[in-house]
Amino acid sequence: MKVLVPVKRVIDYNVKARVKSDETGVDLANVKMSINPFCEIAVEEAVRMKEKGLASEIVAVSIGPAQAQETLRNALAMGADRGILIESDMDLEPLAVAKLLKAAILAESPGLVIMGKQAIDGDNNAVGQMLSALLGWPQATFASRIEVQGERAMVTREVDGGLQTLSVPMPAIITADLRLNEPRYASLPNIMKARKKPIDMKKTADYGVDLAPRLKVLKVTEPPGRKAGIKVESVEALVQQLKTAGVIG
Amino acid sequence: MRIEPFNEIVTAFREQIGRICAQYDDSFWLETDESGVFPERFVADIAKAGVLGVAMPEIYGGLGLGLVEAAAIMQTISGSGAGFSGASAVHLNIFGPKPIEKFGTEAQRQAFLPPLIAGTDKMCFAVTEPNSGLDTASIETRAERDGAGWVISGRKIWTTGAQRANRILLIARTTPRDQCRKPTQGLTLFYADMNRAAIDAKPIPKMGRKAVECNTLFIDGLRVSDESRIGAEGEGFRILLSGLNPERVLFAAEAVGLGQVALARAARYAGERVVFGRPIGMNQGVAHPLARAWAELSAAELLVYKAASLFDANAECGAEANAAKYFGAEAGFRACEAAVLAHGGMGYAKEYQVERYMREAMIARIAPVSREMILNYIAERVLGLPKSY
Ligand SMILES: Cc1cc2nc3c(=O)[nH]c(=O)nc-3n(C[C@H](O)[C@H](O)[C@H](O)COP(=O)(O)OP(=O)(O)OC[C@H]3O[C@@H](n4cnc5c(N)ncnc54)[C@H](O)[C@@H]3O)c2cc1C
Repeated sequence: MKVLVPVKRVIDYNVKARVKSDETGVDLANVKMSINPFCEIAVEEAVRMKEKGLASEIVAVSIGPAQAQETLRNALAMGADRGILIESDMDLEPLAVAKLLKAAILAESPGLVIMGKQAIDGDNNAVGQMLSALLGWPQATFASRIEVQGERAMVTREVDGGLQTLSVPMPAIITADLRLNEPRYASLPNIMKARKKPIDMKKTADYGVDLAPRLKVLKVTEPPGRKAGIKVESVEALVQQLKTAGVIG
Repeated sequence: MRIEPFNEIVTAFREQIGRICAQYDDSFWLETDESGVFPERFVADIAKAGVLGVAMPEIYGGLGLGLVEAAAIMQTISGSGAGFSGASAVHLNIFGPKPIEKFGTEAQRQAFLPPLIAGTDKMCFAVTEPNSGLDTASIETRAERDGAGWVISGRKIWTTGAQRANRILLIARTTPRDQCRKPTQGLTLFYADMNRAAIDAKPIPKMGRKAVECNTLFIDGLRVSDESRIGAEGEGFRILLSGLNPERVLFAAEAVGLGQVALARAARYAGERVVFGRPIGMNQGVAHPLARAWAELSAAELLVYKAASLFDANAECGAEANAAKYFGAEAGFRACEAAVLAHGGMGYAKEYQVERYMREAMIARIAPVSREMILNYIAERVLGLPKSY
């Protein structure tokens, strides 16, 4: 079974994001960029499937600037077999991304797509669901466990108050949650091997889909600074304070 | 020569190693520095990532890369805040085996290198002796022929990692000095089992890097086979010299990394700490030493990678490697000192790490060769001045 894993290049999770002074977005100039952590979890899951003999080939797909090749190399170093970069310098909206991925998936016809539940830059949590709808494939989102049983995938999801297990026929779209696995560190020999794995360079135009933006960002601002806290002497004083602040009745 | 930015491989290496190191935080290193317990888990992670074989040939399980890559990795390790506590814990397996790779027989390479690269063998390197110091030609440890093998007796000092090592690379005199044309002849290198029945290793209480111990060795009748001899009999000194340049470059890279992490901490503290109604870093008296440290570290870094690039290109690099080690160690130490001072009283508190960095930064100024001997080398070999000793 071929597994396709979309991966996104995002601002590194350790970087403190700064808003541009004109409030049009986050300043990405000279900022460290990395593979989106949820995408990394998705890659890890695919690699584990391959190690168990459940997957035969892993294709990583990224949509982004030329530098996203490094993001793909990261996935290749973890164990993906080849990459596809759909080059775009635009900040594409989730629907445009889902359409491009759909086109790439139809060209590759994988047996399964595993992707991050969201990218930590926009936090949209939308592409997986849109992709499933566009393809007409079943979806299982926020996976914390995936078990392949024949033609179906048993996917455990963390929901309020417990765990829900879905059984979806494949091909399907599965989105990875934080607790699905702990991604490995790529070893130096695998980083070297990844340099020799193929990356297919594509342009968005190759797929002939409508990428026109439908959303307008009005402005991006810093969250308000946190106010200094106060110390209270006792539980009674704490309860009193919370009541005064209207937090509890 | 390409120095900055590093090529994609080195950049990817630094990133992965940085991520591994990030799991070992300040409290981890603070604890090892207090307990003196060797950072076994850290070393296992580093070995698993394939670091130990970075500069070793691929046929023995290495990556076949060079000193630039090794230096970049070591700089990243020490610069993560691991300092010499982390760097020295892996340093020896990386360049220590070079004499085996370059001068050993094929059978020796096949037997000795793979377990060192995998990290299952741990070696120590015993050159320095109490009565000879920097004057290696006057070492007193003797290896005598005994049938097909050798019997070694003598004393070594400062041997790093001898408590944990199961292998020892050591140099001993095999022909008495008065029977040699030159005092540097008649020395031979051996790579042997760390046989504790014949080698007694006693840790030396010391200033810093408590987790990676240094020892006094008492070697009494250590029997080794002739297959333990690395290179020709009597050629030990020359073989040793061939490994000195890369070792200097690595020390320099580690010192620079340590200076850089100290500086980053100091800059953060100076920006946050408010006294007299403003951040202390707003005073030039605080800011300038930090800015100077940055300039010096950057210059030292260039020297490190210049020397490493020359070495990798098989070009003569003695002057550059020595200068890199001298200047890297000085710049690293000065950055640590500036960091302690910028922290005021907190610079003296363990909590802020910089006092540990400063103690560890002293190592690179002394070992593996002192500042004075480096300046002697440059005065003599580069400037053509008469030998002073
Ligand atoms: C933390 C640490 C780890 C070490 N690990 C190892 C190890 O694993 N294996 C190993 O073999 N050794 C190791 N060493 C030893 C180290 O390499 C030596 O300490 C170093 O080479 C200096 O030798 P010495 O201590 O005998 O100094 P000495 O030779 O006694 O010199 C003392 C001082 O006199 C100066 N001096 C001596 N002669 C001259 C001269 N002609 N001109 C100008 N100045 C001179 C020196 O520069 C130095 O400052 C380690 C040392 C330390 C501190």
